[in-house]
Amino acid sequence: MDLAGVLQILDSTIRLSTPLLFACLAGLFSERAGVFDIGLEGKMLAGAFLAASVSFATGSVWWGLLAGIVASLLFAAVHGLAAITFRGNQLISGVALNFLASGLTVVLGASWFGLGGQTPALAGGMRFSAIDLPFALAHTPENQPALKALSLLPGLYSQVLSGHSILVYVAVLCVPLTWWVLYRTRFGLRLRAVGENPAAVDTAGVSVVGLRFAAVAITGVLCGLAGAYLSMGLSAGFLREMTAGRGYIALAALIFAKWRPWSALLACVLFGLLDAIAIRYQSIDLGWMVIPVQFTQALPYILTVIILAGFVGKAIPPRSGGEPYVKER
Amino acid sequence: MMDKMPRWADVFLVPLICLIIAFVFSGLLIWGIGQSPLQALQVMIKGAIYNPESMERTTNAWGYTLYYATNFMFTGLAVSIAFQASLFNIGGEGQATLGGLGVALSCLLIPWPHWSLALCGSIIGAMAFGAAWAFLPAWLQARRGSHIVITTMMFNFIAYALMNYVLVNMLRPVGSMDPASARFDKALNLPKLGEILGAVGIPFSTKNPANISLFIALACAVAVWALLWHTRLGYQIRAFGKSEKAAVYAGISPFKITMLALMLSGALSGMMAVNSVHGQAHRLVLNAVEGAGFIGIAVALMGRNHPFGIVLASLLFGFLYQGGSQLALGTEIPREVITVLQGLVILFTGALPYMVQRPLAWAFSRGAR
Repeated sequence: MDLAGVLQILDSTIRLSTPLLFACLAGLFSERAGVFDIGLEGKMLAGAFLAASVSFATGSVWWGLLAGIVASLLFAAVHGLAAITFRGNQLISGVALNFLASGLTVVLGASWFGLGGQTPALAGGMRFSAIDLPFALAHTPENQPALKALSLLPGLYSQVLSGHSILVYVAVLCVPLTWWVLYRTRFGLRLRAVGENPAAVDTAGVSVVGLRFAAVAITGVLCGLAGAYLSMGLSAGFLREMTAGRGYIALAALIFAKWRPWSALLACVLFGLLDAIAIRYQSIDLGWMVIPVQFTQALPYILTVIILAGFVGKAIPPRSGGEPYVKER
Repeated sequence: MMDKMPRWADVFLVPLICLIIAFVFSGLLIWGIGQSPLQALQVMIKGAIYNPESMERTTNAWGYTLYYATNFMFTGLAVSIAFQASLFNIGGEGQATLGGLGVALSCLLIPWPHWSLALCGSIIGAMAFGAAWAFLPAWLQARRGSHIVITTMMFNFIAYALMNYVLVNMLRPVGSMDPASARFDKALNLPKLGEILGAVGIPFSTKNPANISLFIALACAVAVWALLWHTRLGYQIRAFGKSEKAAVYAGISPFKITMLALMLSGALSGMMAVNSVHGQAHRLVLNAVEGAGFIGIAVALMGRNHPFGIVLASLLFGFLYQGGSQLALGTEIPREVITVLQGLVILFTGALPYMVQRPLAWAFSRGAR
């Protein structure tokens, strides 16, 4: 494999990691506050769908982005209602919302656009455009030979780091932001406390319900961003079931990262890299053995199970995760 | 407040109200996309329960409904037996996938002299492979405390990748492009429901995939009922589900119960393949489960974790699934409306039960006064 090939893989790694990173940070806020969310997949799907639909209708990617966030927030609100207000089973609520998103996007999409559940292809201002970092070569067709000829460091800069849509850079910035919010603000301290010991937070006179709803809302916004990037950045339009299990991989990454923001970045990049490799190579011939593509595809899940098993550093979830808080038993 | 509500209301009225709410929402959705909910219901009934054109078509519609219901009975029972132990097994999809592999290996590798023996082989293969796929998540839950929901979810994806590999690289016949196994010997085909009923003088269409597995599923429902409420193990599973601490105090081993409940659950999920792989497809295809593992969750919740309720809920979902597939033929309504309905049923029965129970309990306490 030559340098250009490596750079291309890294380039698509960044693209493929972005939705994972948004969704993973989304899950981090929710689960750190004690609300399990296996409905990341559904929120992303709903966000991707409404984002692409509204972007197509208005011709503006920004209205699309807003709509994607709203769709995801609505799903988050139902999850909050079920998990926090009505003290229902958070896991079942997540499963239900995934089904709802999967069905609703196709039913509404088919009736709005008549294309069997997908939106028309988005072009021009309906998609996020690439941003070229200063001094980087733009990713235009005429620049391709020049891009391929770059040596390692300029290549890394122009080919891998530059030329992504705004949301990619926003996702990366969300990592230090999440870290700062969680570990350096009063809100973050309370949020983490409410996931570990809600009774103590309640005793201190802070609203458990309010904090958990705030966390679930942040989850909604971030999942909306993930979905919007999927349908308006990574692809040019919505396709049915386009999340393709990314919500679950993000959940796996969250466990892999042991519910910490910087580790989440690493986990998402690792899983994004595996995805990029699986897309580019059918199977990898190491000479003494052949790794089938199916193994590369299953690797994120296998790694997560190993981490969960606690043989390589135990992943301990927030202590009150999944339990509705009942005041005054 | 809760105990003011009579038992029949809790068992029948609550699921019924949840179902009605889910139907109303789905109806509004159909109406919202400019279609007629009533017409949708008509098409579904015609395709799944009663076709006024002929008796033959009516029984054929029932055949499809019962075929799907059979799948859901297996996966629903699987989810419920784990639920009884307070374990949420969402790995039915993966366990049923592996069950399919067990069935296919048994049918392809062993030259069975008769279908009845092949059926026994399929049942053993399906149960063994399904239970084996649940073994690791169960062990990790029991010994390492790894959350069963996450591990079984991961195992669903691993199962899919494994099946993809096995079908493409091992079971695919030479020269075939399809990721599917060779067809089983025709002599091994299971008797269809129509043939069985025809033999006792009841006319029933044979053009549908309903087969003898229906009776196996019903027998499983009875067996699960007997196991849970009339054996020591069943008592232990339920006691463990109600309170782990109390169960430990009573000398029940959490490790043993977790392992047994989850592996029984996996075995039941795997059994689905007897119906779908041996009974219908006669070969192993990539996505043989088609979401039935997940529908099992809805079925178990709707059936209130009781085998009798699960059989009824399976029939309901069999009707929805078969009726939904007819929507695409008769109307402009996409069949994914059924996915929405399914999501709503899970949401209201599983995640928002108190929303229905509380006002009901209040109403009953008012009525009692």
